Amino acid sequence: MVGIVSYGAYIPIYRLSREAISAMWVKSLGRGEKAVANADEDSLTMGVEAVLDCLNGMERQQVDGLYFATASPPYVEKQSASIIRAAVDLREDIPTMDIAHSLRGASSAMKAAMDAVQAGSARRVMVAAAECRIPAPNSEFEAIFGDGAAAFLIGDSDVAAIIEGSYHLSSEFIDVWRKPEDAYMQTWEDRFLRDEGYLKILSQAVSALLKKHGLSPKGISKAAFYGPDARAHAAIVRAMGLDAKTQVQAPMFDSVGNTGTALAPMTLVAALEETKPGDRILYATYGDGADAFLLRVTEQIEKVRNRRGIKRHLASKLMLPGYGKYVEIRELMEWEAGRHPSRRSSLPVIWRERQHLFPLYGQKCRACGNIQFPRQRVCIYCQAKDDFELVRLSDKRGTLFTFSMDERAMEVVLPKVFSVVDLEGGGRFYSVMTDRDPSKIEVGMTLEMTFRRQLEGSGLHNYFWRVRPIRC
Amino acid sequence: MESLKDKVAIVGMGCTPFGEFWDKDPVDLIVDAAFEAFEDAGVEAKNIQAAWVGYTASDTAMTGIILSSALQLQYIPVTRVENACGTGAETIRGAALALASKTYDLTLAVGWDKLKDAGFGGIGQAFPGKWHPVYGAAPEIGGAVARYALAATRYFSKYGLSPEEGKRLLAKISVKSHYNGARNPKAWLRRQLTIEEVLNAPLIAWPLGLLDCCGVNDGASAAILCRTEDAKAFRPKGDYITIKGVGISCGPGWGKERVTYDFTTWEETEAAARQVYQMAGIKNPRKELSLAEVHDCFSIAELIAVESLGICQKGHAKEDIESGAWEQGGEIPVNISGGLKSFGHPPGASGGREVYEFYKQFQGKAEEPSRQLKDVKLGLAHNQGGHPGNFVCGLTIIGEPPSKIR
Repeated sequence: MVGIVSYGAYIPIYRLSREAISAMWVKSLGRGEKAVANADEDSLTMGVEAVLDCLNGMERQQVDGLYFATASPPYVEKQSASIIRAAVDLREDIPTMDIAHSLRGASSAMKAAMDAVQAGSARRVMVAAAECRIPAPNSEFEAIFGDGAAAFLIGDSDVAAIIEGSYHLSSEFIDVWRKPEDAYMQTWEDRFLRDEGYLKILSQAVSALLKKHGLSPKGISKAAFYGPDARAHAAIVRAMGLDAKTQVQAPMFDSVGNTGTALAPMTLVAALEETKPGDRILYATYGDGADAFLLRVTEQIEKVRNRRGIKRHLASKLMLPGYGKYVEIRELMEWEAGRHPSRRSSLPVIWRERQHLFPLYGQKCRACGNIQFPRQRVCIYCQAKDDFELVRLSDKRGTLFTFSMDERAMEVVLPKVFSVVDLEGGGRFYSVMTDRDPSKIEVGMTLEMTFRRQLEGSGLHNYFWRVRPIRC
Repeated sequence: MESLKDKVAIVGMGCTPFGEFWDKDPVDLIVDAAFEAFEDAGVEAKNIQAAWVGYTASDTAMTGIILSSALQLQYIPVTRVENACGTGAETIRGAALALASKTYDLTLAVGWDKLKDAGFGGIGQAFPGKWHPVYGAAPEIGGAVARYALAATRYFSKYGLSPEEGKRLLAKISVKSHYNGARNPKAWLRRQLTIEEVLNAPLIAWPLGLLDCCGVNDGASAAILCRTEDAKAFRPKGDYITIKGVGISCGPGWGKERVTYDFTTWEETEAAARQVYQMAGIKNPRKELSLAEVHDCFSIAELIAVESLGICQKGHAKEDIESGAWEQGGEIPVNISGGLKSFGHPPGASGGREVYEFYKQFQGKAEEPSRQLKDVKLGLAHNQGGHPGNFVCGLTIIGEPPSKIR
């Protein structure tokens, strides 16, 4: 039976309170907070985080494909999935694809993965969704939109939640859109979008799925599905005849925000964290139609509990001190022109260094056993030549040997914390510490690796690993 | 292997003031320093047989031609050298070795840099990842302050200093340098500081604040060299100095990636010191040296340099700093000139400027009487470029000529 073998999620560490947005625009924008990606994050890096959470305890070599869904890809032309695949160190002889343009992308990816496994062309396929949309300042979306990611490993062995069936509905209904030249999304009157679109189309897909399986809403243990906002979500819960208290997994509007393509998947992860064997889960996405899935949880779920998922990521947070910091890290303004010469990147260099750049392979000297990064020809410990084996360092933790905090570095979030990190199992990694509270940094603290977007040069995003305090 | 000791003499020197010279270009700096040296040695440009010129950061100059065109040297060999902040020492070393080999009889060494046309402070350069798009690339790798600050953090941690104690100790180094600089007419920042001022200065890269750092600026220095046996022809009174030792150490780098490096020593400085102490026959630098001009781009740089030079035992700088051992009148004056801290740092020029300080002190020409040292016999000029774990160090030992020659 095809189903979800493993799951993972990611929520960026920074939160912006709606109070701070309200204070900025001098109006009331509701309660709670939203998750905001750090300046060195985007949908791709958050996708990496969710996939790594999902791969916890899984054999990376057995993953036969990676599909990545987002409506906010870092490149409009240029695949993100291939970079994610390299960063999480999956085999290169597997299909990768991006599914963009629609908030329904995550379920399109899941359907494609299901079909591939069912057809026998793949044993396990990684499906990830991430969103990092920039809402227009002082728009209704601004208070609502949040950033986050989720991932599922779809397969037909050791299945934690069997996909019993699905129903797919395509619709030409337009609710939000963004042309390539648009900086921000456009939309229509919310009453039309909710009453004629969301409430009707999603309900239609869910009803058809339940009917197909001869189920009534009462047969659902937990429903995890998309909602544009808390009000519309509550309205559809009532319309479907579900009990909001016991049968519905709340989509975290007050704590994370609407994470677009990733919202329903993240809500499903939250549901899986609480579920028990035998539970029936309804999972549905919405956008340009609707996809609805019926899941049945198995005993295997207990073996994939050890995830950071939603609950642990949610509890681990740093509040942005105000709206200004949000403007800064999401680059919502034109800044003073820099006087330093601009950086250049070199594609041949990125290509040559791909093994060391994306999955962060270091070298272990066969002569003296010392691990070293970056790549060398001659060992920096014993001077033996060309006698190394590769060792993946991106999954190693380390201890902070020394650090400095630069207040004037070219970096959005200052101070820039330069860190010398001694890795478990050997080797030393020099890096920048991200997602940190400067008042809590001390020599000897434990750190872990995180894949981030760091420098721009020659029009390219440069991705590489940084370190951060153990997140959660 | 023969030692260079006393084979080569410096018979003329020049040094511009260091500062922010909005009205001077590289040619102005080179001409001012070189012609002061020509005049001092009583020679003319046409007497120079070969020259070495060193500079580090320039959009406007390439090759040795910057020197030959500025001074109108007529088709002689000019060698451009660059070894980061060790560049000045490298020019003197090249000019000295060429004399020792007897290939030439009179050589010129000029070091200069002009950083204040860049539009920003510091040495920050944006360059493409030399071998890695992120890892090897500024600014992801950190500027000089952030990199030296790594050493300060580790030094505090290793020797059990709280950040407050550590910062106070480093502040005393800056206070001492500014005390010296305030008395040196050629220095740039001639203002005395208090410990509180240093401690309250804005943070640049924790734990280092603004007044733990030297600024980069503009300047040039020049030296005229000949073999020691010819020196009297230029300076009949015998007030020239001889080279006792030259050393350059380029480290194997990757210190910040090598678990065996602990950030509390400058390994390249230790290696260069071994080279020059052996050449010069120095057994106990603390006792034998009359003064040490040490690379103090940051307060922590001076502290660790003095330990790495063997002038102070490792981990014991605190006792020395608190007892005033490195002050004028202390056991060994360190940066009596005011150091990079008071002069600012045009990297190519600083090595020559440090030798110039010894030269003038030796000749009793410290200009301001209150800063003139007595009984000046042997001096050390130290520079290092790069970052902790990845340095090039240039060291020059200069001293009074041996009595039998003099």
